[in-house]
Amino acid sequence: MEYVIEMLNIRKEFPGIVANDNITVQLKKGEIHALLGENGAGKSTLMNVLFGLYQPEQGEIRVNGKPVKITNPNIANDLGIGMVHQHFMLVEPFTVTQNIILGSEPKTKFGTINLKKAEKEIQELSDRYGLKVDPTAKIRDISVGMQQRVEILKTLYRGAEVLIFDEPTAVLTPQEITELIEIMQSLVKEGKSIILITHKLKEIMEACDRCTVIRKGKGIGTVDVKETTVNELASLMVGRDVNFQVSKTPAEPKHEVLEVKDLYVKDSRKVDVVKGLDLKVRAGEIVGVAGIDGNGQTELIEAITGLTKSYRGNILLNKKDITNKTPREVTESGLGHIPQDRHKYGLVLDYTIGENIVLQTYYQKPYSKNTILNHDAIYKKAEELIAMYDVRTPSAFTPARALSGGNQQKAIIAREVERSPELLIAAQPTRGLDVGAIEFVHQKLVEERDKGKAILLVSFELDEILDVSDRIVVIYDGRIVADLDAKETNERELGLLMAGSGTDKAGVSK
Amino acid sequence: MIFNKKFAPLLIPVISVLLGLLVGGIIMLISGYNPIAGYQALWLGAFGDAFTIGETIRRTTPLILTGLAIAFAFRSGLFNIGAEGQVIVGWLASVWVGIGIEAPMIIHLPLAILAGMLAGALWGLVPGLLKATLGVHEVIVTIMMNYIALYVSNEIIRSVLTDHATKTEQIASSASLSAEWLQSLTMYSRVHYGILIAIFAAAIMWFLIERTTIGYELKSVGYNQFASRYAGMNVKKNIILSMVISGGFAGVAGAMEGLGTYGNIHLMSGFTNLGFDGIAVALLGSNHALGVVIAAFLFGSLKEGAGQMPTSAGVPIELVDIIIALIIFFVASSYIIRLAILRFKKEGK
Repeated sequence: MEYVIEMLNIRKEFPGIVANDNITVQLKKGEIHALLGENGAGKSTLMNVLFGLYQPEQGEIRVNGKPVKITNPNIANDLGIGMVHQHFMLVEPFTVTQNIILGSEPKTKFGTINLKKAEKEIQELSDRYGLKVDPTAKIRDISVGMQQRVEILKTLYRGAEVLIFDEPTAVLTPQEITELIEIMQSLVKEGKSIILITHKLKEIMEACDRCTVIRKGKGIGTVDVKETTVNELASLMVGRDVNFQVSKTPAEPKHEVLEVKDLYVKDSRKVDVVKGLDLKVRAGEIVGVAGIDGNGQTELIEAITGLTKSYRGNILLNKKDITNKTPREVTESGLGHIPQDRHKYGLVLDYTIGENIVLQTYYQKPYSKNTILNHDAIYKKAEELIAMYDVRTPSAFTPARALSGGNQQKAIIAREVERSPELLIAAQPTRGLDVGAIEFVHQKLVEERDKGKAILLVSFELDEILDVSDRIVVIYDGRIVADLDAKETNERELGLLMAGSGTDKAGVSK
Repeated sequence: MIFNKKFAPLLIPVISVLLGLLVGGIIMLISGYNPIAGYQALWLGAFGDAFTIGETIRRTTPLILTGLAIAFAFRSGLFNIGAEGQVIVGWLASVWVGIGIEAPMIIHLPLAILAGMLAGALWGLVPGLLKATLGVHEVIVTIMMNYIALYVSNEIIRSVLTDHATKTEQIASSASLSAEWLQSLTMYSRVHYGILIAIFAAAIMWFLIERTTIGYELKSVGYNQFASRYAGMNVKKNIILSMVISGGFAGVAGAMEGLGTYGNIHLMSGFTNLGFDGIAVALLGSNHALGVVIAAFLFGSLKEGAGQMPTSAGVPIELVDIIIALIIFFVASSYIIRLAILRFKKEGK
């Protein structure tokens, strides 16, 4: 069997931890090979070894059967290995062509850059693989999906035969994900080979030929995707059986906790984005807000939590008017908020886990008294929550920045749930998390519901909305256009409503 | 052992200082001076006898306070270049109270210091307000405020406090920080009680930043305004508060000059440089209270010792400024030092 890339028994240590322990990956020519593992399992480390950013302590790398030493990324490039990074490395004001040739510019005989030649070559490459990229467009004018294709073109332009995709779908819309899979398939048809780093099982089943699983730095094995199931992959990755079906009893909704009446909110550009929105959430139920990004979800949450002001309408929390109150007043009235952007809003990354745990309560007893902080009480609480919510961190004194995404999210959930708020708003609570962590988050939301709390779940993932919610409302163009029982609807119906069709017949009245 | 985690934050400042002195020595050598004689003169100039030690302490005092001022603002994400102007208005206000009021020392002295502090705080309030409400960058406003402070105080000295004299009369002894016994102990240097105030201020800064909810909020706002707002903190209030407290520290630095070193205020043709040197002190001291005290002492010694270099070793006094600049350069390029340490560590293994 012919392999283009072989990484045999790779071991990479960092002070205190073994990031990769005896991992073997063999990439066949012309295949899409998935590298599957939880957040922090060691996938990126392994690929950085292949790309020459880290040197392995043990093991061998072979390219086309020949042993090689890859000591820096330039050598990886020369060997035809290209990487499409998760965070794009593009110069925004430059054109597509300028970005792609950066560092290996073709010259004319006068020594100036031969932009025409480059543009032509890039156009040819783009056509050949069906990328539909305009070489003269500026990066800042094109969509995220298009920018990713520029990254792909960059590796192709440099003659890559093997492409590594680092969690490429994390930033894409569902439509763009479908297109990306098509592109990957046309790449392998032309003889390229692909390594896809991911923790999304659905994509592996859809796109990949084989899959190597890594768990806690150890290579678990390689399976043929055709001969496996989502459940098997999940349990290989996590090391135990994963429950995809959120287990919960029917909801028993009680009194109204949140009532939003005829709310109007403008966004930062002073354009109306929430336009006369009505919404009710009762104690003991999970209400899912389904909708395509940009239909007013963000502004709705910001208005409820006090981060932005509404200019018309009312928000009642437990019959108390909290319209345009400050975030602190809203929090003290009994609101918990798992924010959509956990790095921007959820955490002070340079603060320790302990300091983050008291982010809203530091001024209260026992965490402080007469403005003097009680570090003992703070860290005692933090240690308690770390144990209860299984936050994997070296200690409560570790900066939040040092934790993996899933554990950061667990810390936020621990903090928000611990205050025992009457209303819990969860915005995209599982974005970027692996299946194990997703299961945990969903379980917590259901537990809180069963304690009689009201939960408002906002998500762009329809699966999540359908699985977790008791009641689903569809937001479109700043209004709630449908109010449905989660058991009686499906992805198709929601999809249509989210796109704005059927607005008339499925009105709020249902 | 040297790479022990506990000492890691100390490592870069110490290496920077050593490198600064080393390169300074090389520059002396190239310029045809004897670096050993030069550094000997520097040492004697700073610690040679009781008098120079007293003067070194006197020089260190305001540097601690301006260093604290800038470090405090840094910790909440603000760059207070205005310490210079805050020093000047603090100096003016304290002398004004020192001259204009008659009271027993127990009231007069604290009142004069308080006046300096409030004046500095007011000078910090303006850029703080503008930053919080209109988003005007504090660096621009504080630079402008420096010039306003300089020329307004000169005008007040000329036209209000005196009749076109170049300096005011001496403050009342009840507002003076100078201590006879300290002076006689140090062969009549100008050392005064201010050093105790400066060290006390460092303790206050440490306590505020590390132990109170005020410091917790200020740091949080400095690290991440969005998360701070989400958590219910008032970001605008904290920006203003940070500039006010920072200005207060710098104002007290001015009071030290007015009530301690000089006992008056004189017309200034240019800035005192105490505020600008404070930036270097804060940087070398890693914005920590204790670090600031140590860094201020180092810079105070260098500046005081420099005076001896032209007479004893024939080395121009500007060389010390070069050394200080080199130290700052090495602190600022700590990345290079860290890289060198890593390389060194690897080879040693």
